[in-house]
Amino acid sequence: MSTRLATGGRLIDRTKPLGFTFDGRALRGYAGDTLAAALLANDQMMIARSFKYHRPRGILAAGVEEPNALVGLGQGPRHEPDQRATTTELFADAAMVSQNAWPSLTLDVGALNTLFARFLPAGFYYKTFMFPRFAWKHLYEPVVRLSAGIGKAPAEPDADRYEQAYDFTDVLIAGGGIAGLTAALAAAQGGQRVLVLEQTAHWGGRAPVDGVAIDGKPADAWVAEALATLRAMPNVTLRRRTMVAGVYDHGFVIAQESVADHLPGADLPRHRLWRIRARRIIAATGAIERPLAFAGNDIPGVMLASAARDYVVNFAVSPGDRTVIVTNNDDAYRTALALLDAGLVVPAILDARATASGELPNMARARGIRVLEGRGIAKVKGGKRVRAVQVCAQAGEGAELETIACDCVAMSGGFSPVVHLFSQPGGKLAWDAANGMFTPDPARAPTGADGQPFVACAGAASGALQAHDCLEGAHAAGGGTGPAPQASAPPEAPMQPVWMMPQGAPPALRAKMWLDFQNDVKVSDVQLAAREGYVSVEHTKRYTTLGMASDQGKMSNINGLAILSDALGQPIPATGTTTFRPPYAPISFGAIAGEARGEIFQPLRRTPMHGWHEANGAHWEPVGLWRRPYCYPRAGETQTQAVMREVTNTRQHLGLLDASTLGKIVVKGPDAGRFLDMLYTGVMSTLPVGKCRYGLMCSENGFLMDDGVVVRLADDTWLCHTTTGGADRIHAHMEDWLQCEWWDWQVYTANLTEQFAQIAIVGPNARELLQRLGGLDVSREALPFMAFAEGTLAGIPARVFRISFSGELSYEVAVPASHGLAFWNACLAAGADLGAMPYGTEALHVLRAEKGFIMIGDETDGTVIPQDLGLGWAISKKKPDYLGKRAQERAHMTNPDRWKLVGLETLDGSVLPDGVLAPAPGVNANGQRLTQGRVTSTYFSPTLGRGIAMGLVARGPERMGEEIDFVAGDKTIRARIRDQVFYDKDGEKQNV
Amino acid sequence: MSEPTSALGGSSAEGFARVTEAGLHGMITLRGDLAAPAMARALKAATGCALPGQRAISAHGANLAAWMAPDELLLLLPYPEAAAICAKLETALAGEHALVANVSDARALFRITGAKADQVLAKLCPVDFAALPAAEIRRTRAAQVAAALWRSAPDEISLICFRSVARYMFDLLATSARPGSELAPA
Repeated sequence: MSTRLATGGRLIDRTKPLGFTFDGRALRGYAGDTLAAALLANDQMMIARSFKYHRPRGILAAGVEEPNALVGLGQGPRHEPDQRATTTELFADAAMVSQNAWPSLTLDVGALNTLFARFLPAGFYYKTFMFPRFAWKHLYEPVVRLSAGIGKAPAEPDADRYEQAYDFTDVLIAGGGIAGLTAALAAAQGGQRVLVLEQTAHWGGRAPVDGVAIDGKPADAWVAEALATLRAMPNVTLRRRTMVAGVYDHGFVIAQESVADHLPGADLPRHRLWRIRARRIIAATGAIERPLAFAGNDIPGVMLASAARDYVVNFAVSPGDRTVIVTNNDDAYRTALALLDAGLVVPAILDARATASGELPNMARARGIRVLEGRGIAKVKGGKRVRAVQVCAQAGEGAELETIACDCVAMSGGFSPVVHLFSQPGGKLAWDAANGMFTPDPARAPTGADGQPFVACAGAASGALQAHDCLEGAHAAGGGTGPAPQASAPPEAPMQPVWMMPQGAPPALRAKMWLDFQNDVKVSDVQLAAREGYVSVEHTKRYTTLGMASDQGKMSNINGLAILSDALGQPIPATGTTTFRPPYAPISFGAIAGEARGEIFQPLRRTPMHGWHEANGAHWEPVGLWRRPYCYPRAGETQTQAVMREVTNTRQHLGLLDASTLGKIVVKGPDAGRFLDMLYTGVMSTLPVGKCRYGLMCSENGFLMDDGVVVRLADDTWLCHTTTGGADRIHAHMEDWLQCEWWDWQVYTANLTEQFAQIAIVGPNARELLQRLGGLDVSREALPFMAFAEGTLAGIPARVFRISFSGELSYEVAVPASHGLAFWNACLAAGADLGAMPYGTEALHVLRAEKGFIMIGDETDGTVIPQDLGLGWAISKKKPDYLGKRAQERAHMTNPDRWKLVGLETLDGSVLPDGVLAPAPGVNANGQRLTQGRVTSTYFSPTLGRGIAMGLVARGPERMGEEIDFVAGDKTIRARIRDQVFYDKDGEKQNV
Repeated sequence: MSEPTSALGGSSAEGFARVTEAGLHGMITLRGDLAAPAMARALKAATGCALPGQRAISAHGANLAAWMAPDELLLLLPYPEAAAICAKLETALAGEHALVANVSDARALFRITGAKADQVLAKLCPVDFAALPAAEIRRTRAAQVAAALWRSAPDEISLICFRSVARYMFDLLATSARPGSELAPA
């Protein structure tokens, strides 16, 4: 049984009991418990089922390395799967559910898999689901998918909020153990800006548990003093519950702070993702104990020796009444002593080494513990809980020497320094054969832009497992001067690497020795992979899934590659490690998204009239990040009816369009004319002041990328209108050419898009409205088509452009954005009896399509050149050059077979579906049907009372009057090719 | 003539710092050769401000001149004076290669005030506020949009963004300033 001890527990507060549930069972713990500690205190040793074989699994570790104890935590909108019980703090009413078990944890149907374990070897999926090929998609994948995953995804949107934050520091120290604090003191006393991040809620790491003394004081007392010193320094920031997830180039660090995991429901961001720039990083991340590979090492009740004493010392939780310790090093003897101190029984210590005669083993012997040298575990007996261990000679093949009854096994296979943060940005490791571990090689540390190392490890993470060495190194890493804090602890004799127990174990035992507990990878699987020819550790990892679970092999990787090396008959460093990639431990999607959800998921750009549109029932269309009114349906009107009304009203009376989103870029300078002549296909340098000209902009490859009206404001100043989506892009395009290519041309640009609200005033009554607003002569003579005037309208400073994208008498009026709404309202008021009515983007489209005007993004798709669209009139033949000119002369571009713009009218007057293709006889090299044309714009025209369309058709302009079929699903629609101007071809309406 | 209105009409929100949309302010983009004596003269004549050094802000009364780029300044001044100062600059710079553009209506200005104002912005902007001196402008971004900010008074940061995203910016700042979410560690 695991249970709560009557006394002790340095991290729990017995005055604050907390109720919680596990699979619906009401349990009690204390403030300060982790979920795992609280579960163990209630004798809940079995927590989950394993992923592949559904084996019963218990708590193995006490920290972030835990592979088994993942639970579904929280309910409804706060449910989250795969929460690591060993690192999650207990809170009141925490509701946990076990995972990967059905119908229940103790009675699990999936456990049958274990009976078929020998039919589910490494690479089972790859071997089994290969043939027949079609079956993967229709049979295997759906079935495999059902059994995939561990926890259940939440069904409701997350109730919590998240945020991110930035920080900057000279020295970032990952880890608040005694090494991290020593490095922090050294760096801070040297005057550097220091940021210390500790992943747990507690400072001091495991030194207090291990009984280390520093400068003559117990570790706890020294830690408290160190913290007080650091807190008093203005150049130091200390953050708990903040896990450094990743170290990237140039000292960029990602860390996740668990702000409110332990306070669910508080009005706080749950997680905060830190994005930090550090000049130097000290990884004082400690070391993780390795399990030993013996048969049955996954049975609940088997745990890491260090974890067993963590539970006893930190949480006053006994992992079992009788604990057998199995080890290859001296450190595990500390566990035996801690268990004895707590009044628990240690029937034996099985030490795989031939002799164990160091200070710690002798202390254990002195306390009356049986120490069996050269011994190991042949097999653990038990199903859902350890019952006994069979002892064998480590040097043998597993013959049982005796059976020792116990309910807990504390194992230690040595320690692996946590080198992740050193390795992620490229630091290289060295193999320490004596201690059986990879350590960071300071000579091959990751280097920054200056060629200097920017990550160093300190303490156990550097391989300094003994407390004294640990602090010496940490003090030096922090740039300390003077003596380092002096740590003392009993000296430890060398460990002896043990990768398999017993070393001559037969296949039957090897098939029950777990390496990767979460993904069910055993010694036999890695050996099979080696036999099947896998020599690369990276390939073996993927083939066997070793280290691919959510713990990312923190406990399994070294054991796995040792087994692989042995199978390949090569030394461990020759095999090498898999790549360490961020994040060190999982971070939440919420933290990655940060504040970006709901209203602030994405910036929504609003014109000055946005509120009016909203209040007047606009149906929105997203255009870039803007929302533009698509139409303004009235009560009882469909959107289609609204569009028809808006088109008709604009043609017959007066329409108002919010065109504020159009790009407005001012271009000024002695070379501005020359610059624009290069940017546009037409000539802008000859445009008279006060006049407007339509322009086309092409990419270097000749493709049409934007269009708009260019206005000459002054002798050296032009105003370039762009499409709504093009404003920022075209401005950047201009600056790119000016800064990178024509840097000696004297041109300045400024993007004034948002300075102006722009309103299109369109229809036969447009002039009348402007005259009523008053202040500017807008007569036919004073302001002819394609002219521009500046003055005031309705008392507001205004620029008036007489341009038309509808074919009607039309003005676009630009006023300062701060007056935009006022001007809009003035137009509506003054135009009320003139039929003034707002229209949306869909009416705009219908109006322009009736006139055969192209739209960037409809008629163009990045493969269309202006010549395809019959826009030759807007391309200068005289200019020596413009962007795209050379490209447009290439053979493919001048091929007469190119698809070109035409009008299309269905024979029955119906509306062609958008984007449909016109098939042609024959097939291409891929056996696909040949096509000869495509619909690019298609609308019902209320003006003409029939469907109208534009499309690109092979040799289209040569085929006027020809009828071709378009295919939409199983329907064939016949349309006649015609000129694309459907309405007022002579432009009489816009020229009035 | 109608009264000009700012994007959010002076909205404010109270959190661990106060967030206020500061109404309309005059802003002028001035591009040109900052090393040319004519530029410094024109700036001085029109605003009283000295030419600011790299990333710096120079002030004269209510007028500020902020360095935006090697060939660009942003002038901040009372809204009603923007047009007249534009005209003065145009006149003073006649014959020079320079661009003067009134951008007063293209922007929104926010003030974030309080002892913890830095923390509101440290959640949104990749800026080292501990190393941001007074009289320095920082062009950066706030979450997903462009921004420029500076310390406009003790315990006050001013921030400019484009007018169209003023609501987004306000919501961002108000969210960031929600009580209890201070960055200061316990």
